[in-house]
Amino acid sequence: MDDVFRAIADPTRWAILDDLVARDGQSLFEICTRVTMKHGIDSSRQAISQHLDILEAAGLVVTRREGRLKFHSFNGAPLAAIARRWLKAKGSNR
Amino acid sequence: MRVHVTSVFVDDQAKALQFYTCVLGFVKKRDIPLGTHRWLTVVAASEPNGTELLLEPDAHPAVKPFKAALVEDGIPFASFAEADVVAEHERLTRLGVRFIQPPTDLGAVITAVLDDTCGNLIQIAQARDA
Repeated sequence: MDDVFRAIADPTRWAILDDLVARDGQSLFEICTRVTMKHGIDSSRQAISQHLDILEAAGLVVTRREGRLKFHSFNGAPLAAIARRWLKAKGSNR
Repeated sequence: MRVHVTSVFVDDQAKALQFYTCVLGFVKKRDIPLGTHRWLTVVAASEPNGTELLLEPDAHPAVKPFKAALVEDGIPFASFAEADVVAEHERLTRLGVRFIQPPTDLGAVITAVLDDTCGNLIQIAQARDA
């Protein structure tokens, strides 16, 4: 679970996740384009690729291949596990 | 100096000519036999004397890995200007063209990315400044 906390402790990775939530199944190029042009973040493709590796290792991003193409999507399950851990007691009181 | 001809590497010239003319809407400009391949260029229908796009064979062994690496990361090999990206996306989708990125408003520009069926991704872009 600590890799999930580390993965979300970065504003560029928030921007990447925001965009993947807005549109599922993006190429690395599309993610880079959106991060640069929509969020005004000045990052190299290599840097974005490393951010994606961290998000993927934490389970927050999943990739799928279609032929030679590679697409990235958001996976909220690790966040749900965090929410359940601390919010379930509270939730049962509501 | 000016740009007179630029190229995309295609896996099959006949298939590429069909796609770039019948589907994308370019017009054939030159078709000169050169041994097993052709010097095959197309131009924009609206600019018959404009920059030619050479549909160049990707036979050199360095080209295929290069193309594959670009495609894996979703990087377009070329970007073409389009007056109305949303309308063109609709038209091309009806013709069966596969878009890996639908029209996306990026502020200064609207872009979309399509698969040219010849091993490349192509971006179409509409500037929004005017």
